Amino acid sequence: MSVPLDPAPSLQQYAHPEKLVTTAWLAENLGTEGLVVVESDEDVLLYETGHIPGAVKIDWHLDLNDPVTRDYVDGEGFAQLMARSGISRDTTIVVYGDKSNWWAAYALWVFELFGHPDVRLLDGGRAAWQAEGRPMTKDAPEPAAADYPVVPREDAPIRAYREQVLDFLGGQLVDVRSPQEYTGERTHMPDYPQEGTVRGGHIPTAHSVPWARAAAEDGRFKGREDLEAIYLAEQGFDASAPVIAYCRIGERSSHTWFVLRYLLGFEDVRNYDGSWTEWGNAVRLPIAIGEEPGEAPAR
Amino acid sequence: MSAPAPLPAAFAEIVDDFQALGGRDRLQLLLEFSEGLPALPERYAEHPELLEPVPECQSPIFLVTEVEGTGREATAHLFFSAPPEAPTTRGFAGILAEGLEGLTVGEVLDVPADVTEQLGLAEVVSPLRLRGMAGMLGRIKRQLAERAGA
Repeated sequence: MSVPLDPAPSLQQYAHPEKLVTTAWLAENLGTEGLVVVESDEDVLLYETGHIPGAVKIDWHLDLNDPVTRDYVDGEGFAQLMARSGISRDTTIVVYGDKSNWWAAYALWVFELFGHPDVRLLDGGRAAWQAEGRPMTKDAPEPAAADYPVVPREDAPIRAYREQVLDFLGGQLVDVRSPQEYTGERTHMPDYPQEGTVRGGHIPTAHSVPWARAAAEDGRFKGREDLEAIYLAEQGFDASAPVIAYCRIGERSSHTWFVLRYLLGFEDVRNYDGSWTEWGNAVRLPIAIGEEPGEAPAR
Repeated sequence: MSAPAPLPAAFAEIVDDFQALGGRDRLQLLLEFSEGLPALPERYAEHPELLEPVPECQSPIFLVTEVEGTGREATAHLFFSAPPEAPTTRGFAGILAEGLEGLTVGEVLDVPADVTEQLGLAEVVSPLRLRGMAGMLGRIKRQLAERAGA
């Protein structure tokens, strides 16, 4: 039994308003039976400094990844994570986090690899909640263990692998990194660690649309008209044709994936989480340098 | 090859404190270091350009060192600046501040680069994030060596 949707008028402009909740809605619905709030941040300690009352923490490094396979957790690992977080298959999950919800969108995307039926994002994330002076606590919840079935991870609908990207050159491929990363001037985000990428540049034919263009100043998503102006009018994307988005490790592109899939209603959007960390280093994968998308090499 | 120098007492105590705790409590201790990071003295707070950025960290952090005297016997002073939205990075800085402040430059230079791995934080913070702390230590050592001519 899922929790009723947020009827806020501001959300109804989007293709899938059921994927978002407002801070006001969450404040009213905290503690509702069947609702679990999840915080997922870049900074692993931010949750401990204070979080939305009752929220559980899920960390992208420690909980969602398997360092041995360098892949996401499998169905059993995910079931254990959900069970100890007090989440059942019919729980409504609301995810929020820092940095305009990068990591929250990334967590939501991983939850969807397992087809969790009802997972929503808190529009504006942690920053919006705090800016409104809403309650925060340091009390760690102790959720009662839930039953969660072992569901196989299904990557194909929303996750792209490098071989698929190679076959996709010339398609609606979006690079959401900063302009300096796209041109090859930098191999990592300004002020961020160099994670060992040996080449700078982008995947040939990729359009450069930095993720932050979809975010408003307050960390919420821009309105639908503004988003359409970017992705439809300016980029000329077709919402019925497939899209693949990538960044450095797949976190910023989860934000764009969410925007295209749920706010604009694109039918087929995949996130290439190997992203530049894989592509930039891989043998026999071509790159393009500079401001132009470049040509797909003959194969 | 000579045996590695023992950790300075203050740093060894911090390592022991972390090692005595379980996973979740190690995070709490890191949070305490984060909250205890001293504020920048005015001469730096008003001149952030004097601080060196640490790009190995995911969140913005800046540090600067001062030395009293010259060579390995000079006394080392450390100053850090990191925003409250970056508590992990602040926690790393807090550990280094408490563990290294007031030592001689020679003692700091002898701290093994892998000291960051002895805190038992890899499993609760992730090895990738710990690289930021190693980056800070490396920059501190380089600055001190340059400034003291050690």
